[in-house]
Amino acid sequence: MNNLSYIALIPLLPLAGFVLLGLLGKKYFGKAAGIIGTLFLFISAALAFYTAYQYFSSGFNGVYQPVIAFKYTWLQFSENLSIDMGLYLDSISMMMIVVVTLISLMVHIYSLGYMKREERFSTYYAYLGLFTFSMLGLVLSSNIFQIYMFWELVGVSSYLLIGFYYDKPSAVAACKKAFIVTRFADLGFLIGILVLSYVSGSLDFNTMIQTLTQPESSTLKTAVASSFLGVSAVTWGGLLIFMGGAGKSAMFPLHIWLPDAMEGPTPVSALIHAATMVVAGVYLVARLFPIFAITTPVVLEVIGWVGAISAVIAAIIACTQTDIKRVLAYSTMSQIGFMMFALGVSKYGGEAGLGFTASMFHLFTHAMFKALLFLGAGAVIHYVHSNEMKDMGGLRKSMPITHITFLIACLAIAGFPFLSGFFSKEEILLAACQHNAAIYWIALFTSGLTAFYMFRLYFSIFWNREHLTHSEIQTHKKSEGPFVMMLPLIILAIGAAAAGYIPFGKYVSTDGRPLESHFDLSFSILPVVLGIAGIVSAWIMYKKQNPLPDKLSSSFGALYKASYHKFYIDEIYLFITKKVIFNLIGRPAAWFDKNVVDGMVNLTGNATQWLSGRIKKFQSGKLQSYTLLYLMAAVVMAAIIIYVWK
Amino acid sequence: MTSPGLEHILFISAALFFIGMYGFFTRRNLITMLMSIELILNSVNLNFIAFNKYVWPDKMDGLFFTLFIIAIAAAEAAVAIAIIINLYRSHQSVDVESAKNLKY
Repeated sequence: MNNLSYIALIPLLPLAGFVLLGLLGKKYFGKAAGIIGTLFLFISAALAFYTAYQYFSSGFNGVYQPVIAFKYTWLQFSENLSIDMGLYLDSISMMMIVVVTLISLMVHIYSLGYMKREERFSTYYAYLGLFTFSMLGLVLSSNIFQIYMFWELVGVSSYLLIGFYYDKPSAVAACKKAFIVTRFADLGFLIGILVLSYVSGSLDFNTMIQTLTQPESSTLKTAVASSFLGVSAVTWGGLLIFMGGAGKSAMFPLHIWLPDAMEGPTPVSALIHAATMVVAGVYLVARLFPIFAITTPVVLEVIGWVGAISAVIAAIIACTQTDIKRVLAYSTMSQIGFMMFALGVSKYGGEAGLGFTASMFHLFTHAMFKALLFLGAGAVIHYVHSNEMKDMGGLRKSMPITHITFLIACLAIAGFPFLSGFFSKEEILLAACQHNAAIYWIALFTSGLTAFYMFRLYFSIFWNREHLTHSEIQTHKKSEGPFVMMLPLIILAIGAAAAGYIPFGKYVSTDGRPLESHFDLSFSILPVVLGIAGIVSAWIMYKKQNPLPDKLSSSFGALYKASYHKFYIDEIYLFITKKVIFNLIGRPAAWFDKNVVDGMVNLTGNATQWLSGRIKKFQSGKLQSYTLLYLMAAVVMAAIIIYVWK
Repeated sequence: MTSPGLEHILFISAALFFIGMYGFFTRRNLITMLMSIELILNSVNLNFIAFNKYVWPDKMDGLFFTLFIIAIAAAEAAVAIAIIINLYRSHQSVDVESAKNLKY
């Protein structure tokens, strides 16, 4: 591992693809744009895999040291404070580049088929390139400000891709909503960065973590001593940074943008809103984990609870939604909640850091099976031209590949034994059980629900109806999708099935030392039984059309209704923004602007006009009166000089 | 007959100056006004010569100033007459009252 600067190519190649396709794509490449974008990403992915392989095989001396492959000081403020552009290699960033490039490559290939008929095909690939570049830059950042910049870049590319169908009003509203909500959270993130960099005197991750995790250092003591509203500065910094992460990762109560973000093309949902961008918040917390764990355990507590609440709320909502992409969106939110609270219950170092490893492990496996679910859902939508569950059913015979891969993904997410989700979820539950019993029970309940709503989805799509109408049979005769759409499904299905067998604890842990993961089979019994119970109840209710679901929903009554309306959180936001903020702040501010600010400006203008009207008479254009005035002035000046001044 | 003293010459130059001033303010014809300016300049010239002769007879500064003023006056007259000709071409008059387009 001598010359590491080639790693810079991993993010730069997608950027090159973005520039090339963005500038010239429409005119010169047309349908070849997809192939070009995919090719760029393929090279990038190959490099990423190679780098990760190198790192995990040769960087191993008992501890995985972070390596800074490349560093360029961009803005130097003072001796210690500078904004750098760098590449930071450690176990979690290595894992992330593998995930990002792999999922992105799959989505690129899949989109060759899925987006084939789009007019803005090359623009789509340009945006995908931009997103991949930003995401890779984000995970490889060596500096917290660099991460912030890429953070905003992924926000922008997410905005562009959600609003890809810009002639659809709902997509336009959704992309605006996503951008504004995450931007609002990023405001907290920015303030958090400023606070933390102010107390630690550095923007560099390494230095920052070092200064803020040594209890005896004087900087930390002053930082802990200085407080605002009874909470120390470091805690505030950590909380605000977590706010940014919660916004991006769609944690309660900043999750409202994620379900709407499903307006974008389905492969985009798979890439951005399921596998990669939304886990950026988890990644950020993991990146700063030593600070959270050692210096500000309070924040970690908050992270744990926010994660757990998000997980359970999203799971409840997912049970009642009828749009398949929305079900998946809420399921994503729920799974990210799992990752968050796994971080929240973790401690730093050794065995106690199990939650951290579990969280990263779940991030990895979740990326596989959730991308697979979305791509599978995309294939279904492609096939039936609808997002609604009621338009589907009985598709298992006409879409065999999608059916099998979707089933594998559902089993994986439900934690069915020996598929990837089982291992990572067991690890999370184990970590929760060891450190926080309340969160453990919530998590257990949620994983049961997860199995239920995923299989509700599965049975509704692929079983439910046996007797198809004539027109449906006609449409069902066509093939389930081109090869380029099926290939990613198969690859990801292999990933979703097998990713759990990677000895993750060996590679990723809080302090870089390998963590022995040991499975306690007796511990696994309860979650697995709950998961199977969820699957079986979904089987009873949705395998065949029957009145049971309706009966059940009416017996739940208010809870069902609240869940169906997503607990009215959107309405609460609307009430706060439209009614409270608009009337109490917006209107008075508008009045103030119209009357006071504009009034001042108008006053200045009017006064000047009046005054100039008065004095313009001097400019008579009469040469002799000018001269007379000049003469008089000269006489007066002379008199002053002679008599007064002497 | 005694030779004229400094005060006599200053009297004449003051008279010339005010005659020029009067002409400048009362006449409306630009050519006449230009002539009045020449009178003012020449009164200044006369002052220079007189002071040079009576106060510092052994120096030449006043004479040089006078020469410069004559040269500049000639140049100024050329410019002024050019302006007046252009004014005549555009306004068909050399009346100073007609040249007031530059007022507010």
